[in-house]
Amino acid sequence: MPRRSPSTPRWMSPSPREVGFPIERRTLLKGIAGVGAAAAVPGLAACGGSSKSSGSASTGGGASAAAGSAAPAGSAASGGGGGAASGTISFGSNGSDPVPKAAYQALFDAFQAKNSGATVKVNTVDHNTFQEQINSYLQGKPEDVFTWFAGYRMRFFAAQGLVGDISDVWQKIGSQYTDAFKQASTGDDGKQYFVPMYNYPWGVFYFKSVWQKNGWEVPKTWDDFKALLPKIKAKGMSPIGFADKDGWPVMGWFDIINMRVNGYQYHVDLMAHKNTWDDPKTKDVFSHWAELLPYTESNPLGRTWQEAAQNLGGGKSAMYLLGSFVGQQYKGAQLDDLDFFPFPEINSQYGQDSIDAPIDGVMMAKKPKNEAGAKALLEFFGSPEGIEAYLKTDSNDVAANKQASTANYNALQKKSQEIIASTKNIAQFMDRDTRPDFASTVMIPSLQDFIKNPKDIDGLTKKIESQAKSIFTG
Amino acid sequence: MATTLQDAAAPTGKPRRRGGRRFSTRDKVVLGLMMGVPALIHIAFVWFPAIASVALSFARWNGVGGLGTIKWVGFDNYHQITTNYPSFWPAVHHNLFWLGALLIVGTPLGLFLAILLDKEMKGSRLYQSAIYLPVVLSLALVGFIWQLIYSPDQGLINNVFHTDVDWLGDPSVNIWAIIVAALWKHVGYIMVLYLAGLKAVDTSLREAASMDGATEVQTFRSVVFPSLRPINIVVLVVTVIEALRAFDIVYIINKGRNGLELLSVLITDNIIGEASRIGFGSAIAVILLVISLAFIVPYLTVVFGKEFKS
Repeated sequence: MPRRSPSTPRWMSPSPREVGFPIERRTLLKGIAGVGAAAAVPGLAACGGSSKSSGSASTGGGASAAAGSAAPAGSAASGGGGGAASGTISFGSNGSDPVPKAAYQALFDAFQAKNSGATVKVNTVDHNTFQEQINSYLQGKPEDVFTWFAGYRMRFFAAQGLVGDISDVWQKIGSQYTDAFKQASTGDDGKQYFVPMYNYPWGVFYFKSVWQKNGWEVPKTWDDFKALLPKIKAKGMSPIGFADKDGWPVMGWFDIINMRVNGYQYHVDLMAHKNTWDDPKTKDVFSHWAELLPYTESNPLGRTWQEAAQNLGGGKSAMYLLGSFVGQQYKGAQLDDLDFFPFPEINSQYGQDSIDAPIDGVMMAKKPKNEAGAKALLEFFGSPEGIEAYLKTDSNDVAANKQASTANYNALQKKSQEIIASTKNIAQFMDRDTRPDFASTVMIPSLQDFIKNPKDIDGLTKKIESQAKSIFTG
Repeated sequence: MATTLQDAAAPTGKPRRRGGRRFSTRDKVVLGLMMGVPALIHIAFVWFPAIASVALSFARWNGVGGLGTIKWVGFDNYHQITTNYPSFWPAVHHNLFWLGALLIVGTPLGLFLAILLDKEMKGSRLYQSAIYLPVVLSLALVGFIWQLIYSPDQGLINNVFHTDVDWLGDPSVNIWAIIVAALWKHVGYIMVLYLAGLKAVDTSLREAASMDGATEVQTFRSVVFPSLRPINIVVLVVTVIEALRAFDIVYIINKGRNGLELLSVLITDNIIGEASRIGFGSAIAVILLVISLAFIVPYLTVVFGKEFKS
């Protein structure tokens, strides 16, 4: 359906493990690679669309993926991965940082080891560039399989008929996922378009040793939390690490406070603009947030999340709300010392029953050059084996596949999995939960304005609401 | 760049011939192709997109599907931009501020450096290269370099001077900080242009002036500077273009938000990003086009006016 009609995307999915922000895994200098053109990373400059697939999709060169792929029931050890695929399968990747890049390669190596006739040709594009160009990418010559995010951000493109239906892949891999993951992979039309790979929780990160040394307790409630902040400040540390140079990190603050104050359903409805921004309940979120701002690091708008993470590591700040990818910034003993807790309860009606835990995964192009191969690859992505190969290299996330082995998980991954499993509502991050044109053009500047001037909540929410009206009623 | 005839040029006595010459068919074909092909390319890549942008600015469209999905909304986009888009007016101000800074600070500074280097002092080659070096860097790279200097936690300034200024995040400071970075690059460019102009000034003019007992300053004011007029026009045009197309440096710093809004960034934010508000973005582009025209039209009038007269 066209974006214009006041479409009501099916927000009501029970607990879509929706997803958070595209992690901007860039440090200041690494970003150079992504400047200017969509810098296909040197060495991997496979321009999409030029894959010489041997044998067209319809007639399938060699054994089609559908053949002989009895989905292995259970037995995670030797998970599925489809039949023998063949030909070249092109893959568009936004994993431009070294860790995810190597992790994808590990997954493809495992896939190619199983399917000797298949080669995966990877085209890696800088993470942010990939997101920004998704519209033209999907209408141009997308690779057969490409990386994307679950939830609204996926449904939005599926609804416009820009991605391939992979319901038949789900027939094979479906049994290995919980219903919440299936929901998060399903479009408005009830078909599946997405294979979830992993997700990662957002929580308040801190170093155990620092807190033990100072005798600080993990706060469970808002009052505990607020009582703790001045104590930390008295030690000469910034109680809360804070960074929003890139605009998206503080969306996590709004999300979590909104879910704590008004509950998951209110949050999801607000993201769909079924609730309004100038509603007193929404304003209440900002007033709670404003109480914390005096305890956050100064100069947040000039700081990247990586710098804030380093400040946390360097003992300049005591805690930091971010996704578990923050772990990429630490090594060795320090990484082992890192821990996190879910944001404290504000309203006892909702307790700590929601978190942001974004899902990343893969989708198929609308008209892949090598459909059989693409589906075989997607199936491999959806197999325990595939995701294990990936997580072996990139160990900041937890597998979406419930049969994937957790034997190799580090403490942080184990904790992440525990928190995700025990939390009732898994929400998205704001910019995967709402329309992209609203998140980026309205919410980023608005939240930055709030940080600069937390006093004028009425004026701010009025401005947001009037822009939301014009965008959502388009 | 159009060159203007200097007053010193020899007056042409002969009246211009008007349409006297006959062309053979082959000449006509060759000329037709030589004129026609570039004209077509120009129309296809300059005029068509420009006119299409103007048309699209009256529409709502997310760029997906055929042209049938375009919804015409009249002036609604313009109305929204001017009344319901908090980033818009700051962006206009910043663009004009950028222009002002380049004109008022950048141009005199570039001229001053050019005059110093024109003195043929010792090591002037070295200075010249040093000042010109930033010009060959892309603005995006300049953005990275200056981030290392300005970054609040890990940047050079705050660590060396133990200050706690949020050079990049404080909206009242960051535009100045970025202007400094932009000038760092821009001044070298202006310097080279003026240096070329100064080298072209006839030495006999200077000699004559010093014979008449003119001081350095007088010589410059009444003899050298007037002969730099064509260069001044070039510099003016370059500066206006640079100021209106400023984009990369702020985009690198913080995606052009929070005190660094520029029209060019708003356009890309709305059109190119995931937002894909093609109509809305086009309307901002049209506004930028109108602002550009306000500078371009007078310039062309002056230049062509002169040419017709001569």
